[in-house]
Amino acid sequence: MSPIFKFKDSDLEARLITRRTVTAGILATVFVLFVSYRIFHLQVVMHDHYSTLSQSNRVKIVPIAPTRGLILSSDGVLLADNRPSFSLEIIPEKVREMDQLIDKLGKIIEINDTGVSQFKTRLKQNRRFESIPLVYNLSDEQLARIAVDLHKYEGTDIVARLNRYYPLGPMTSHTTGYVGMIDEDELASLNKSNYIATSHIGKIGAEKAYEDLLHGTVGNQQVEVNVQGRVVRVLDRTPPIPGKNIYLTLNASLQNLAIQALEDKRGAVVALDPNDGSVLAMASSPGYDPNEFVNGIDAKTYRKYLNSVNTPLLNRALQGKYPPGSTIKPVLGLAALRHGVRIPEDETWCPGWYILKGTSLKKGDWKKGGHGHTNLRKAIAESCDVYFYALANEMGIDLIYDSMSEFGFGKRTMVDIGGESAGLMPSREWKRKTLNEAWYPGETLNIGIGQGAILATPIQLAVATAAIANRGNVLKPRFFAEARDPLSGETVGMGEREVLHRIINTEEDWEHIISGMYDVIHASNGTARRVGMGAAYEFAGKSGTAQVFSLAEDEEYDADKLVKELHDHALFVAFAPINDPKIVVSIIVENGGGGSSNAAPIARLLFDDYFEQTGIPQEVSLNDETTIIF
Amino acid sequence: MKQQSFSERLHIDIPLMFGLVTLCVFGLVILYSASGQQAGVIYNQSARMLFAFGLMFLVAQVSPSRLAGVSIWIFLFGVALLVMVLVIGYVGKGAQRWLDLGVIRFQPSELMKLSVPMVLSWYLAEKTLPPSISQIFLSIMIILVPVGLIVKQPDLGTAILVCIAGFSVLFIAGMNWRYITGIIILGAALIPVSWMFMYEYQRQRVMTFINPEQDPLGAGYHIIQSMIAIGSGGLYGKGWLNGTQSHLEFLPERSTDFIFAVLCEEFGFTGVMVLLGLYLFIIYRGLYISMNSQTTFGKILGASIVLTFFVYIFVNIGMVSGQLPVVGIPLPLVSFGGTSMVTLMIGFGVLMGIHTHRRFLSD
Repeated sequence: MSPIFKFKDSDLEARLITRRTVTAGILATVFVLFVSYRIFHLQVVMHDHYSTLSQSNRVKIVPIAPTRGLILSSDGVLLADNRPSFSLEIIPEKVREMDQLIDKLGKIIEINDTGVSQFKTRLKQNRRFESIPLVYNLSDEQLARIAVDLHKYEGTDIVARLNRYYPLGPMTSHTTGYVGMIDEDELASLNKSNYIATSHIGKIGAEKAYEDLLHGTVGNQQVEVNVQGRVVRVLDRTPPIPGKNIYLTLNASLQNLAIQALEDKRGAVVALDPNDGSVLAMASSPGYDPNEFVNGIDAKTYRKYLNSVNTPLLNRALQGKYPPGSTIKPVLGLAALRHGVRIPEDETWCPGWYILKGTSLKKGDWKKGGHGHTNLRKAIAESCDVYFYALANEMGIDLIYDSMSEFGFGKRTMVDIGGESAGLMPSREWKRKTLNEAWYPGETLNIGIGQGAILATPIQLAVATAAIANRGNVLKPRFFAEARDPLSGETVGMGEREVLHRIINTEEDWEHIISGMYDVIHASNGTARRVGMGAAYEFAGKSGTAQVFSLAEDEEYDADKLVKELHDHALFVAFAPINDPKIVVSIIVENGGGGSSNAAPIARLLFDDYFEQTGIPQEVSLNDETTIIF
Repeated sequence: MKQQSFSERLHIDIPLMFGLVTLCVFGLVILYSASGQQAGVIYNQSARMLFAFGLMFLVAQVSPSRLAGVSIWIFLFGVALLVMVLVIGYVGKGAQRWLDLGVIRFQPSELMKLSVPMVLSWYLAEKTLPPSISQIFLSIMIILVPVGLIVKQPDLGTAILVCIAGFSVLFIAGMNWRYITGIIILGAALIPVSWMFMYEYQRQRVMTFINPEQDPLGAGYHIIQSMIAIGSGGLYGKGWLNGTQSHLEFLPERSTDFIFAVLCEEFGFTGVMVLLGLYLFIIYRGLYISMNSQTTFGKILGASIVLTFFVYIFVNIGMVSGQLPVVGIPLPLVSFGGTSMVTLMIGFGVLMGIHTHRRFLSD
């Protein structure tokens, strides 16, 4: 091919073009083979790899939270319910400007600052693709307003959830306790896989104690999701197993009555069945509304509760520590009889004061003129202090400590819902340890009338009183009656009663002490004789008036001169009916004054109501005290 | 004169027509699934196909010699439109590819895909082949003027295709292998330079192609999801309408640029073989037609049209299967969209025109 002589040779050109065209055809074929090989590699050689990726792309396992079991009273009143509620939720990863979004939403429905701060806390804790509630319990109006515009705000959704609700609110708050959002500490100790879909957990009370039964077992569903993570269809489903419904031993009517009786007062009421330790009522006043805690209490309300002088969050029935006062006199009397320190007939001369031998310590009786010749029965009926000063002095602190401990003083009652205080039963050892001081005999005198360092909780007093009523069995108090499976109806009962300790006294000893307590109510000299009037059944009790404020030896207690917080606590323990006890109560009204006039009437109310429900057990009616001592 | 058959009088090549119609029907079947079973999309695409076949039929009536005669004017008209688009785009302060003619929107760069090979075929066919160095130089200028304007739009994908269409003409026209090698080397050397002139999104596409895993949720997402769709299809696929990657929207652009992945997922390697078989059939028939053309212009233009068609296929599949950067080239006659289909069908119309306007010497 010469550049100078260039002729147009059609044949040559045609052959050149054909050659190139064939080359193009070959090139195309080679490339198609190459592409085929590449696709073959992806589709056949690497198929398993990509197939797995494709599966994991589209199939997600979504856990389903089980429905929490209900809590009911023994008479079937709902104490903790699950109510459907709608919440406005946000999926963080879909939102670019969170603050802006919250502002915009805030213009449609009211969002309080606490809600926002709670939301932001969870925003930091949760994973980005998990939906976080911003506003709980949307009202119908809020729901309507937000639902219209929801599609404009990407990442927001209205989610129906079951919300824990306590229909009786403050009335049962100290028993049911409440659930709250799972916190980090709880998360660390939980079975994470079972709680993966659960947001709330029992924080206190029965909700906490029976968490395992109430919670249930998580279920899951295999779902096909699209690229936005939205569920397209359900492939497989393992339904969650709902938690068991729990029936408590509480009697709703008694509970209601106890709460009403304590209205506007600070105090506690515990009612037990002395035969098996079932708690029939437990009231602590003032209470709080557990519903406020479920979705996180706002700081203001919480501060209000914390700073209140009435300490509504304190469960006085289990945690309130009070000097038991004269209510322990029957227990001491029993101990004295058992250890031979006294026989029933022993009399003490009560001039209205007691002087500790060899000292100048003079202790006054509540009755200035004194009780005169006093035996044990009379000492209980009239609550003679001098008798018990002398008795305590003779028993000595060590024997008193041992005997009182047997009845559960200074020890936890092991109540099943927990959260109780042990109170305080002082001893030589305790004093040496805490104060590094020796025990003084004068202190023993105070213990003899339930004053001084001794502190008891209302439930301890109830348990000790029940041990008298059932003649020797210190029972473990319990709230749990049975758990019922909501699907199968299968029940798990409370099982046998648990006797923590058995107190051995002769039948005569029991009769003697109980008749003293009978006199308290029914004898003409009984301290609480007014509450026994007109009762259709007979019962036994012991009043107590505990000093909050130590008076100097020659000072007189004058309620009018003292601020309310220094008024005496009114205490009362009782059981009924006397021959076949079905119910024991222990009552404390803080700064209520005298126990017989301020606490005892509550016992009568509860007894009347209870027997109205159950009927008075058939028995030989006892009108004469002599028939008690067989 | 030999008696012309009915199809020849209509200027239709039956085998090519058969291949194209089959391909279009297969394309509609895939598109129905890819679009999420929207009948509307199918109607729309069918209408475009009919329109494109109509244009093909009209173009087929034009004889190659007449086409050669007007090719320079079409080219100049096209360049003028490209300049207009740029000016309008500049005024409108934004990327501009379209020329809105009121009734239809028209993409002048699309016109260049046919106009450039046409004008080059006309220019080179007049000269002695193989083309000399100066003719090659002038040819490259003819290519680079519109390409430069298209890059400026910016539309890298179309620019590359116009380039390829132009160079395929030079290749078919018998450009010396040494020059071909030289141009390839020069092109490779120009890559770093062109990088500097690239827009950010274009660089991103190249970077993503080089390492898709570096940003699996961002730019690399498309390629990874596409490869999952292809790979999970296996030998026989998941079945028509059963592709999870596409129906659950993991696969991006599934009815347009990434429709090949839908085919792979639902019909497996078998389906891929059927599609590639159809494509090869069309390519072979096209090359056969161009080889049998009586004019040099027809031979060169015909072969370069087929070569461009093939490059479409190769680039699209290469892109979807993760071997070439994502440049936004549709799968010919399968992807949803009208513009490229119309251009392709006009190209096939030219091809049919070349075949059916042969003059037969009488015995």
